[in-house]
Amino acid sequence: MKTHKISIDGNEAAASIAHRCNEVCAIYPITPSSTMGELADEWSSQEKTNIWGTIPDVVELQSEGGASGSVHGALQTGALTATFTASQGLLLMLPNMYKIAGELLPTVFHVTARSLAAQALSIFGDHSDVMSARTTGWSMLCSSSVQEAHDLALISQASTLKARIPIMHFFDGFRTSHEIQKIEYIPDDVVKAMIDDELVFAHRARALSPDAPVIRGTAQNPDVYFQGRETVNPFYTAMPDIVQAYMDRFAELTGRAYHLFEYAGADDAERVIVLLGSGADTVRETVAYLRSQGEKVGMIQIHLFRPFSSAHFLAALPKAVKSIAVLDRTKEPGGAGEPVYQDVLTVLGEALMEGELPLASMPRVIGGRYGLSSKEFTPAMVKAVFDELMKAKPKNHFTLGINDDVGHTSLDYDPSFITEKNDTTRAMFFGLGSDGTVGANKNTIKIIGGETDLYTQGYFVYDSKKAGSRTVSHLRFGPEPIRSSYLVQSANFIGCHQFNFLDKTDVLKHAAPGGTFLLNTSYSPETVWEHLPRCVQEQITVKQLKFYIIDGYLVAKESGMGTRINTVMQTCFFAISGVLPREEAIDKIKQAIQKTYGKKGQAIVEKNFAAVDHSLAHLQQVQIPLDINGHELPSVVSDEAPDFVKDVTATLLADRGDDLPVSKMSVDGTFPVGTTKWEKRNIALQVPVWDPEVCTQCGMCSMVCPHGVIRSRTYDASRLADAPETFKAAKARGAGLPEERRFTMQLSFEDCTGCGVCVEVCPAKNRSQVGLKALNMTDKDPLIQDNREEWNFFHTIPENDRSALNFNMPRDVQFIDPLFEFSGACVGCGETPYIKAMTQLFGDRSLIANATGCSSIYGGNLPTTPYTTDKNGRGPAWCNSLFEDNAEFGLGYRLTIDRQKQFASELLHKLRPELGDVFVDEVLQAGRETEAQLIEQRNRIALLKEKLAYIETPDARQLETLADMLVHRSVWIIGGDGWAYDIGYGGLDHVLASGRNVNVLVLDTEVYSNTGGQMSKSTPIGAVAKFAAAGKTQGKKDLGMIAASYGNIYVARVAMGAVPRQTLRAFVEAESYDGPSLIIAYSHCIAHGIDMKGGLRQQKLAVDSGHYPLFRYDPRLANTDQNPFQLDCRPPSIPLKEYAYNELRYRMMSLRDPERASQLLKEGQAYINDRWKLYERMAEGV
Amino acid sequence: MNLKTTYLGLDLKNPIVPSASPLSQRLDHMKQLEDAGASAIVMFSLFEEQIRAEAESLEDMLSMGTDSFAESLEFFPRASEYSVGPDAYLNLISDASASLDIPIIGSLNGVTPTGWIDYARNIQEAGAQALELNVYHVATDLNESSVQVEQRYVDILKAVKASVDIPVAIKLSPYFSSMANMSKRLVEAGCDGLVLFNRFYQPDYDLESLQVTADLNLSTSHEIRLPLLWLAVLKNRLNTSLAASTGVETHVEVLKYLMAGADVTMTASSLITKGPGHVRSLIDGLTEWMDEHEYVSVEQLKGSMSQSAVADPSTFERANYIKILEKNKAEYTLTG
Repeated sequence: MKTHKISIDGNEAAASIAHRCNEVCAIYPITPSSTMGELADEWSSQEKTNIWGTIPDVVELQSEGGASGSVHGALQTGALTATFTASQGLLLMLPNMYKIAGELLPTVFHVTARSLAAQALSIFGDHSDVMSARTTGWSMLCSSSVQEAHDLALISQASTLKARIPIMHFFDGFRTSHEIQKIEYIPDDVVKAMIDDELVFAHRARALSPDAPVIRGTAQNPDVYFQGRETVNPFYTAMPDIVQAYMDRFAELTGRAYHLFEYAGADDAERVIVLLGSGADTVRETVAYLRSQGEKVGMIQIHLFRPFSSAHFLAALPKAVKSIAVLDRTKEPGGAGEPVYQDVLTVLGEALMEGELPLASMPRVIGGRYGLSSKEFTPAMVKAVFDELMKAKPKNHFTLGINDDVGHTSLDYDPSFITEKNDTTRAMFFGLGSDGTVGANKNTIKIIGGETDLYTQGYFVYDSKKAGSRTVSHLRFGPEPIRSSYLVQSANFIGCHQFNFLDKTDVLKHAAPGGTFLLNTSYSPETVWEHLPRCVQEQITVKQLKFYIIDGYLVAKESGMGTRINTVMQTCFFAISGVLPREEAIDKIKQAIQKTYGKKGQAIVEKNFAAVDHSLAHLQQVQIPLDINGHELPSVVSDEAPDFVKDVTATLLADRGDDLPVSKMSVDGTFPVGTTKWEKRNIALQVPVWDPEVCTQCGMCSMVCPHGVIRSRTYDASRLADAPETFKAAKARGAGLPEERRFTMQLSFEDCTGCGVCVEVCPAKNRSQVGLKALNMTDKDPLIQDNREEWNFFHTIPENDRSALNFNMPRDVQFIDPLFEFSGACVGCGETPYIKAMTQLFGDRSLIANATGCSSIYGGNLPTTPYTTDKNGRGPAWCNSLFEDNAEFGLGYRLTIDRQKQFASELLHKLRPELGDVFVDEVLQAGRETEAQLIEQRNRIALLKEKLAYIETPDARQLETLADMLVHRSVWIIGGDGWAYDIGYGGLDHVLASGRNVNVLVLDTEVYSNTGGQMSKSTPIGAVAKFAAAGKTQGKKDLGMIAASYGNIYVARVAMGAVPRQTLRAFVEAESYDGPSLIIAYSHCIAHGIDMKGGLRQQKLAVDSGHYPLFRYDPRLANTDQNPFQLDCRPPSIPLKEYAYNELRYRMMSLRDPERASQLLKEGQAYINDRWKLYERMAEGV
Repeated sequence: MNLKTTYLGLDLKNPIVPSASPLSQRLDHMKQLEDAGASAIVMFSLFEEQIRAEAESLEDMLSMGTDSFAESLEFFPRASEYSVGPDAYLNLISDASASLDIPIIGSLNGVTPTGWIDYARNIQEAGAQALELNVYHVATDLNESSVQVEQRYVDILKAVKASVDIPVAIKLSPYFSSMANMSKRLVEAGCDGLVLFNRFYQPDYDLESLQVTADLNLSTSHEIRLPLLWLAVLKNRLNTSLAASTGVETHVEVLKYLMAGADVTMTASSLITKGPGHVRSLIDGLTEWMDEHEYVSVEQLKGSMSQSAVADPSTFERANYIKILEKNKAEYTLTG
């Protein structure tokens, strides 16, 4: 049979089957499964049909709970239905999963297995989620590779219809879901041959129908519930044979044979590893290697984990087995062992008791944990397990891949044990997210996979920053299918696309002797050597690497490619790696360019062609000198950093986090704050330089800086005596200021991302050269050393007195240091300035509940976090619970504060005799309206604690621990529109309605930003988003008006780029309101498809067009007979189009379907017009 | 009354041709122009930079922030097709050619003889009966000589001519050292018609915002004298069609241009301010005047006051300048 091979990732492999085998997909985005739903949606919007010729209906819900409910309903009414999810999403589906299994409804959930949030969230892969669902009654079928994800997806779809038991088809998040492999594509005729139409008809025949009504979902009592539960047993008994039968049918159709338990290894194996998931391929590869060394080893890969078929498992075991290690990719703290281990022991134990054990004797069984959160799992670790199994008393409940110096569970392994195959080309590429390295490598895989007989594998590792992030690409090409499901360990090609990486990470650590090293550098072949770090020189010399260089940025610039060096570096790879003959490779790159960019315009094709030609001309080999004269690597963090940062954070920053032992991690997920300041990322090429002569000291740049790198102080001129020579100052502006008052605006260039937002917003102009402002972008490198000294000196100047500042004015707020700085948010982020402002105004007394999303990632993703403290050590205390529960979580903070403050007050009353009435009354009646009042109260509480120390009563001891509650605490509930409008809306509504004093800040990007741009109910009409590929047809939900309708909620809609003072005023009013407050803040976003430095201009246009009218609704005004609703902007002055068509999310539609775009624009304009009329009437008090 | 004329080999029912303007961006407006009597329509310009910028912007925005962070490797749905570039423009030409009875003249605007020239062929294939080439080149490069500037025009023209079979007119600016010689070179290089003149949009300053403003100021009838001069000079001396563009507000300018030697007169500004129906009033005004003055055909008018037709050809040259100065001296000499 002629097979069709394609290079795709695991998500596409599974989704391709799901889309062809279903009528309905009800979905919700969650990493790493989102791509499956997005692809299904895109295929349907492209009118691709399922195998019966109809287009599946793909619907996005408000949460996974909602998705599973709709799946349940669609199944009950007879549709073939599927969904895709992972991690917390799967947990939200559990209630419906019990129902679906209990009702014997056939369906497949395709799950990218991912860690669960415990001591921390992790988006990466392990089996914690699926193992949490193993009690639901669902069948569990596990794939270990991209090909299997494709094949077993189909076997699942076929089996569930026959067995009537729903199937959770899962594969490892990222390792399989995101790995690109060249696989054999299953054609439609095979899909049709697997799916039995009679079973589809039977499913429909069982559906709810008013033409033959039945009732399901009844409530049952003690008399029959139990019996009802036991009715399903025969279905579970039958299922393993059904699945195996479909595996066999599949093998007949495709030649690819699968078994419930796949054995690989020696027939007489004595040591066997049992596991499931992508790690199975690593074990299989290691077993093959060890057998070639004469070792009697084997492995069992579990495909069907539920129902667990004892008979099939026992039959798969080699008869000579003496010891078994069962590996679980999950952790069940407090359990007798992890799930797979327990099942294997139970099966063996039962067989032994029944005398049915088909072995000479009961083998010794040990269990171990590996690979949590995509921790690497390598042949070296597998070997360590086999070695352990040889011991007389092997370690049980062990861990692999970490150093557990606390519980001493870990097995030692020898990292130099490598089983990479020589006939496979292994390549690693170190790049920046923004330089296009990953995209180029994906293209390379397509070229090699599509144009040659070679098999391909691509896996990509990203860091946790959204700006200036580093990527490492791992590529393999070889004549046989590649089943090494671990990172490249011995690379015969290494490309380093950024010269400064050489000082930050050991790029040649995995270079194979005799391999090739390609470096992007502006140095010449004659001078580059002396600029390399010593360790790089040594490795090039010792490993005898062939060393090539290219000035990628020069070539890109000359070719009109800007800073995108992707095509340049890809061309060099093909030119020197030898994967394909050079001429053929270049020809194929050009064909690929035409194919990729052709639809985006010939101009793009032409400049890419130019880049290819120029690259070949500039690529040069370096003759290796004999001298090792390079510099030592600079230290990762400054010597002044705290011990934790030096000890732990610096290790993470140096990409050596895997080496940290258990003892270095906190037991409960607690970390110190303020660590971003020690990570000098230096990602900007150009930075804004301050011109004191031109500056009006308005404070706008400081307010809008997304990364908190602009600080201001006023001070007496005498302080300048010790200032560095380059330190800048201007006479401070402001009525009544003394002549000697000076103003300095200080930037931290090492923390700046170079976004340019500050320059765009600066209103000042240089009178002799109007192209210049008070801030001007300038090349950074020559300024760095001076800037460090200036920044350090600046911080010796005391901050301005908070109590003398007007918090409604950007001019004043600039003098308060933010307690949120240098986050890893996108360059030019529209969200972070709001958070920063909040921390400036109230950070010293705030507790933040942060919904999962962008703000929880740039706010709380290791290695470094941006929330920090003021000079007194106070600052925001931050925690992320989940995505869906954030409002409720934040309310919990308030409940504690209110309860404990009340208790503290009661204790104060009790202790009146000891403390004195006057003092107690002062404490109890303290105001919180001004900064001065807060300072006084803090002083009183300090005094109270002193007094309590002398009081020997239990009440005094109680009050000591609660006294701080008597100072006002500000609760902030922060999240994006995905949370507030969709998944968390029910909880948000309830919390707002509670009347409690919480402040909700919604960072409204009008799209799910963190998971890559899926539609939310905040997405406006006409905007294109994932799940709204043809433009959203419904209007943006008016969350503000819904909340205002309660009457007792403070509501504000703000856009900093439009009216910055209104933003500050809303924050101050919301915080001062002794009840629930909601601020909805327009946040421009990279997902809008805009030039981010112009984000604030877009905010203004959003307001001017009436898309985002600003208002405040203050319930307090009603008490004074005023209209609580105040419009804070003028009537729309420009058409929607003038705002919208600056953004790709709107323009995209017009590029694809101008007529539809024009219709949606018209509807959007009508929506705006109608809403404005409503607002005007409200503002008039009608 | 015979209003017929011939331009670029096209037989036109009258000499009123709406030039490149926003009115040709929509088929319904083009239909209104035809209904009002326009004899042909020059499409709005397809800009070299626009095509390039649109494609680049799409690529930049689609790739921005991608493949950087594990949770958001892309931000937009993978669309199968985008119509970046001339697709919409070409579709409009096809639709207009199919649904209007008058000829459609495509318009290409660019300054380099590179890939975008291919669009000339696309315009021809879409149904345009002629092509107007608009080389809007402001020579700001200190190192670009006048010889190079002139050669640029010739090269672009040749490249376009080589790729199409339909007639090609070139719209010129008046800023050549030797306008007459430049015109001759272009005709020799294959140009089928000259459109006089292109207007360079010149910047202004906003004193409050300290910004350079680049608004589009529409032409007025005061500006017709320069084209009038050169039409009159070139008429009958070069074997090519001539079109007058700039400042046609009423039939008076139409008449003057025709008398100077234009085969057609083009207008955009007056149609933008007065609407497509203004074509009718131009034709009516022209007809009435010709009636009153006993002209029977446009052919009779064309070039009737060109340099070669007037009694004193020196009126258009240096000798006339001296006469004017002398006259002015007499008028403005201060007495007493």
